[in-house]
Amino acid sequence: MNRIDDEKISTLLRQVQRPARYVGGEYNQVVKDKSQVDVRFAFCFPDTYEIGMSNLGVKILYGIINEMPGVWCERVFAPWGDMAERMRQEHIPIWALESGDELEEFDIIAFSLGYEMAYTTVLDVLDMGGIPLHAADRHGLKHLVMAGGACCCNIEPMADFLDLCFLGEGEDMDREVIELYRQAKREGWDKERFLRQAAQIGGIYVPSLYDIAYHEDGTVASITPKDGAPAKVRKRIVEDFENCYYPTKPIVPSTEIVHDRVSLEVFRGCIRGCRFCQAGQINRPVRSRSPEKLLALGRETLENTGYQELNLSSLSTSDYKGLSALCDGLLDYCRPRGISLSLPSLRADNFSMDIMQRVQQVRKGGLTFAPEAGTQRLRDVINKNVTEDDLLESCRVAFSGGWNGVKLYFMLGLPAETDEDVLGIAELAQKVFWAWKKNAVNRSRGVRITVSTSEFIPKPHTPFQWEAQVSRDEYLRRVGLLSGALKQARSITYNWHDSEMSLIEAALARGDRKMGRVIEEVWRTGGRLESWSEYFSLERWLTAFQTCGMDIDFYATRQRPVDELMPWEHMDNGVTRRHLEREREAAYAGRFSPDCRKACMGCGAASLLKEGVCRG
Amino acid sequence: MDKLRLKFAKTGRAAYISHLDLIRTMQRIFSRAGVPLKYSEGFNPHAKISIILPLPVGTESECEYMDFSLAEERALETLPDCLNPYMPEGIRAIEAYPAPRKGSELRWLRYEGVMRHGRDGAYYNEFFAQPELWVTRRSKRGERLDNVAPGIGRAVFTDTPEGVAAELLLHAQEPTVSPELLLSALGEDGPDYYAFTRKEAFLEDMTPFR
Repeated sequence: MNRIDDEKISTLLRQVQRPARYVGGEYNQVVKDKSQVDVRFAFCFPDTYEIGMSNLGVKILYGIINEMPGVWCERVFAPWGDMAERMRQEHIPIWALESGDELEEFDIIAFSLGYEMAYTTVLDVLDMGGIPLHAADRHGLKHLVMAGGACCCNIEPMADFLDLCFLGEGEDMDREVIELYRQAKREGWDKERFLRQAAQIGGIYVPSLYDIAYHEDGTVASITPKDGAPAKVRKRIVEDFENCYYPTKPIVPSTEIVHDRVSLEVFRGCIRGCRFCQAGQINRPVRSRSPEKLLALGRETLENTGYQELNLSSLSTSDYKGLSALCDGLLDYCRPRGISLSLPSLRADNFSMDIMQRVQQVRKGGLTFAPEAGTQRLRDVINKNVTEDDLLESCRVAFSGGWNGVKLYFMLGLPAETDEDVLGIAELAQKVFWAWKKNAVNRSRGVRITVSTSEFIPKPHTPFQWEAQVSRDEYLRRVGLLSGALKQARSITYNWHDSEMSLIEAALARGDRKMGRVIEEVWRTGGRLESWSEYFSLERWLTAFQTCGMDIDFYATRQRPVDELMPWEHMDNGVTRRHLEREREAAYAGRFSPDCRKACMGCGAASLLKEGVCRG
Repeated sequence: MDKLRLKFAKTGRAAYISHLDLIRTMQRIFSRAGVPLKYSEGFNPHAKISIILPLPVGTESECEYMDFSLAEERALETLPDCLNPYMPEGIRAIEAYPAPRKGSELRWLRYEGVMRHGRDGAYYNEFFAQPELWVTRRSKRGERLDNVAPGIGRAVFTDTPEGVAAELLLHAQEPTVSPELLLSALGEDGPDYYAFTRKEAFLEDMTPFR
């Protein structure tokens, strides 16, 4: 009998919001015969079903791991507040969706960590499964807790809770670790032996095999590997992206999720060197799929899922060389079948506008551009290669083509930002308005221009990793300045994200191992699902920092000297420290760096490829 | 092909799929099976499908009905076999045919269920035989008291080793009496656990609904 049919659980499911997210049974889920399975793998996503099921990485790894005979990968998501509360009251442990079995029954418990605010939820899921939080308290081979995802480029704040981490793309190393685990289980190794051995696999980071020493001022003095662990853990990538696994039979949720569509990954990496962008740095080098391949994968996935929407995903889809051919091919297939095509992350240039017009022939909603900074000077500092002319020309084309809404995204608190740059945002928005006035097809319909700002968060492995985040008061002052400047403007709406979460995100992103205590304290005092504003509490974090005798400003708002040893110094993403330092100097000089196709800046990521040649 | 009807079952884990999610799921099932639904014309086309008497989340059913139209000719006898390989767990197509009458003519539903951790069968039999059974109905307009006794065609409770087995014949629409609503009349004496399944649908004169 499946646990979901249990009397207590089925009663509970009738009383909570959206119970379909807790029961599994969706089309394309993988169910295996337990008697034929020797490794049970719980793939945990430390957020809700709706968020986790939207994640392409989850779909890829779920597919790949389940292709291994004898290994059954199942999904675990964090229940929403109403459900979690009731489960705790009734002592119902968290279960995996496919089998309905408790987390305790799994060999490997692996988390996908894409954003820092999910850290407390990792602890919560472990606790709801009755698994000890600390790696040191888990003995034996069962219940190994692992993590992969973007956060692993500095996973130090979570180091005490994790046995093993995956740096980079998981397609190959996940399978290698599972095979090693299988051998360890068969031959009766102890946990220590398994971890020592696993640390020899490329891309695998075992936190317990590194001793960290600190200076009196709290900065890291040394990172010392032991038991043969590598001094630097080198990121893994999939070199042959053209032929690498793509999930053409993904699970189709029976309840609505955030990105409820086929997501076709056209390339990995990014040729742009935006200096604030971590994704653009840690996913290098660029590797693409051919339009023919993508067309075939897209059609197959649409047929296998019945989805009515397909989305081209990448960090900057305009930079895909075969975009025009791909869109034509996809449109030929999608149009007659009523399937819509969506293209996020397009750049504001003529080529992209041409594509947009072809793709969106029917509905013309809003367009989104991210100039990120208000003046050309500051855009040069952050290396955001969009000129005012590009942006305004794109808007002119859009407005004369019938669009009547534009969203503009900016950051506030960028390094070297002055009040002039802040006010430049208002000027730019005003110019967009004038562009509408001159070019609108139907002025009586009006226009919606939305300006959104969020606070800049300095991230590891970027040229801005040494920068201080501006204080909350300063961020709010700049918000006030911009808000005042936009007050008179007609048809322009200004939204700003509160900086409370940004402060915590900044502290966690560049945190060290000492931060683990704070995370645990926040969880103990009720923190979970904290990327949701309804569950986030700044107060709880500040109190936890205090309780642990830690200074949040040390992590968030402190300017680091360039020669400081960073807590993540033993993580090697391919991009060298020297390159980051050069880019930092270029930023201060207001000097622009061309994209990878115009000129190679020698970032170092090409060394991850066998031949050492990056094809961009 | 217009005005078609699909009889299907929604049991097990699928019982937790909500009405709106079920409509979306059905569209995808047809799409995966390569059976094109007819879409409405206009700016924002949507599949022309509707489900008669949405099932409360958590209740199972062996007699759900969905009205739909197809964009091309298909053999209706084999349609369930065409659709079934593409269903999520718990949804199963039973029969497809041209709808002989409107969904609004469905008048009675027979339920079977089990109730535990409450009173015994004799108590329930006596309780639901009362001429007046007052419950609170909640709607968008607020709450009101309502007597559901006239909406009970039959209510028989039998003690079994698994709990009290219930067989109910309840008025399906105008007004709707669901098993949950009926049980709410018990107040504190209601069972802590219950599970119901829709088994059959009838017209006003108790001939089977199709």
